[in-house]
Amino acid sequence: MAQAFKTKLRAEGISMVFKRDGNSTSVLDNISLDVGDGEFLCLLGPSGCGKSTLLNTMAGFLSPTGGEVRIDGEVVTGPDPRRIFVFQERGVFPWLTVEGNIGFGLFKLSRGERERRIAHYIKLVGLQGFEKAYPQELSGGMKQRLEVARALAVNPDTLYLDEPFGALDSITRLIMRGELLRIWEAERKTIIFVTHDIEEAVQLADRVVVMSARPARIQQIVEIDIPHPRDISSPRYLELRDGIFEQIGLAHKI
Amino acid sequence: MTLLVRLRPVAFIAVLLVAWHIAAARQAVHLLPGPIAVAFGLVELAQRGLLVKYVVASLFRVTWGFMSAAIIAIPAGLAIGWYRRAEMSLNPLIQIFRPISPLAWIPISILWFGVGDVAAIFLIFLASLLPLTLTAINAVESIPTVYINAGRNFGLSPASLVYRVLYPAVIPQLIIGLRITLGIAWLVVVAAEMIAVNSGLGFLIVDARNAGNRYDLVVAGMVLIGVIGLLLDTGMRSLEGIRSLRWGYSED
Repeated sequence: MAQAFKTKLRAEGISMVFKRDGNSTSVLDNISLDVGDGEFLCLLGPSGCGKSTLLNTMAGFLSPTGGEVRIDGEVVTGPDPRRIFVFQERGVFPWLTVEGNIGFGLFKLSRGERERRIAHYIKLVGLQGFEKAYPQELSGGMKQRLEVARALAVNPDTLYLDEPFGALDSITRLIMRGELLRIWEAERKTIIFVTHDIEEAVQLADRVVVMSARPARIQQIVEIDIPHPRDISSPRYLELRDGIFEQIGLAHKI
Repeated sequence: MTLLVRLRPVAFIAVLLVAWHIAAARQAVHLLPGPIAVAFGLVELAQRGLLVKYVVASLFRVTWGFMSAAIIAIPAGLAIGWYRRAEMSLNPLIQIFRPISPLAWIPISILWFGVGDVAAIFLIFLASLLPLTLTAINAVESIPTVYINAGRNFGLSPASLVYRVLYPAVIPQLIIGLRITLGIAWLVVVAAEMIAVNSGLGFLIVDARNAGNRYDLVVAGMVLIGVIGLLLDTGMRSLEGIRSLRWGYSED
């Protein structure tokens, strides 16, 4: 990246061992990683490799059994509204309307400021006209945008996205990627995005962290030096994508 | 068209009443009073001032027994569900008490509280306590973790986490549990009144038989029990229709 790399998040020697019924399973093995301020980072790996676990330790929902995560120099000990997790499963509250969900984290603001922010983020994610709708009246893509809006509304400096578009159909997924990039360019949050989709990672990220199967280690970090909007048929795009395919050990012929 | 659909159950009941009337009129031995006799029984009860008195007495007992059980069982069940550890130590106890019919407590209830309202209320309280506790425990345990994590992520204090996430998340299941339990309580009050008190619809049924085999009044009491049970259930059901609570009932 051309801009100066200011570290936002530093993971140092993260290990995670789950103990269950006397067996212990090592999920993360000594992972060290720096994430820049305002960077869009993708954690890419096969399903079940532990990338979600890594994201959960970064967000403070899980304590690593070894190592520590620091954000702005402070050790992460729990979840914090300055960094919001957008869940793999739909995390919108079904008992609240679109407005209620977006305003959920804004309880410290005055009523006027809260309403202003709600209106702003409803517009940003294109949910105008659905202010009073409940989540079950929305499509999957709309719910996912609602959850992103709820996260952005509290003005966090970091967003964790755990395969956020995994449950969407392929057309909606493409649209959502574009929307996320648009929002990221407007708001310049640090985004850590977990995916098992190589194309998705190469389309979105500044850097792609390729992880091995369990116990997860960092195999390679690939810098995607293509400016947005990215031409996904350009030689450089294909070269980077194919490099990752090979790295993971997949020939991409079907 | 919709009027016809609405009238269908009414028409069905009318047909049944006619069939009941014919069957009752043609019976050789007196096995069941006919609907007209029962209707006159209801009128007689109303004239003697017993209808309102007994209905109110039964509802009074159910209300107090059910409400006091709900006030204790729901917070306790929510807490137990939240701290799973406690649930594990309490579980065997709950499983032992569960198969004991509330009616088995009648002698002990009378021993403790004497014949009267308190004994009956206590029985309804006992009958409602376990189902409501179990409902609350299950409701908390089935809250998806994402909701709780999301609540924590936005920096809620423990108190607001309970109020803004835990409570709305369990409400649909709690309402179903309350509705089913109110049905149980209404069954138990009738049985309790047959033994432990001398007023109410259960007492009416036993008393009508003992005081001169007034089976018209027995069946009148049964009709009242059925109608009021239906009204209670309809009332609880209407809670499920509230828009912000309805999320738990619709298929996604």
